[in-house]
Amino acid sequence: MKPDPNNMTCQQFQDQLPELIGSGEDAASHPHLQTCPLCRALLSDLEIIAAAARQLFPIVEPPDDLWEHIESALKEEDGSPEPLQEGSAEIQ
Amino acid sequence: MPTSRFPTRLPGQPAPAPSGGVKPEPHVAPTVPGASPATPNAGEAEILAHAQAGDHHAFAQLYFLHKRRIYSLCLRMVGNVAEAEDLTQEAFLQLHRKIATFRGDSAFSTWLHRLAINVVLMHLRKKGLPLVSLDEAMEPASEGGPGRSFGAPDLTLSGSIDRLALERAVADLPAGYRLTFVLHDIEGYEHNEIASMLECSIGNSKSQLHKARLKLRDALRAFPRQEARQ
Repeated sequence: MKPDPNNMTCQQFQDQLPELIGSGEDAASHPHLQTCPLCRALLSDLEIIAAAARQLFPIVEPPDDLWEHIESALKEEDGSPEPLQEGSAEIQ
Repeated sequence: MPTSRFPTRLPGQPAPAPSGGVKPEPHVAPTVPGASPATPNAGEAEILAHAQAGDHHAFAQLYFLHKRRIYSLCLRMVGNVAEAEDLTQEAFLQLHRKIATFRGDSAFSTWLHRLAINVVLMHLRKKGLPLVSLDEAMEPASEGGPGRSFGAPDLTLSGSIDRLALERAVADLPAGYRLTFVLHDIEGYEHNEIASMLECSIGNSKSQLHKARLKLRDALRAFPRQEARQ
């Protein structure tokens, strides 16, 4: 039996939280949060983490010699033509 | 109708520009001026066509256009530089083998992104790592498991998260939690897509993501204290 949203313990609320968040509904409007600062803080932290993940992770440059390794492996696989120098294939 | 405040974006789209409340670091500028690896353009279509016809120079151009996105994806998924380099290499070797089969049903960047994810998942399966982490006890966490939050809210995150702390915390996640977190929160895939990739249920994907965020919360709340002791 599903617990009454207006009369939930923290454990009951947090058990439902993955589904609540994953459903795309506004979890912040859940009745339990109107009276529970602990679970409100938890949800706020999870929102901060999700937002930070998208904003903070940079695009990283691979090592310069990685193309040489790939080219060498390609050559082994199918006898590709003469290797290109790093940067020679870049579009100007 | 109210909607979730958890952000969403389509897979293959680059992360949005940092805004207030975070401590961003500038992204590395693309080698190709004005060309975003995730943004198809006429020039890339021509390069792609040549590469599909076996033009080695065109294939090299595709590498330079997409290397950052693919390497970054691999690095986030495995949390290890050496493995990420090997997997990036394998992804482009796979691309070379399969590029002729690309028919344009989706954007090339989306197709390549998915190909790279499959390479990483195959690698993890070969290593015998579970793609879905076993459920950890949901008791108050002190030994690494994500805990319930029944304690005093004295260490709530301030909203300003240190990038290095977050990167370190993500790299330290168990493989299954990290995969779900990276695919959903960073790469923008939906739970049904992740469930298909990881061969688990949608509910399991939601649960793994939730536990990943709980573990990250624990790690980030502990971070200032660890820093203070150093």
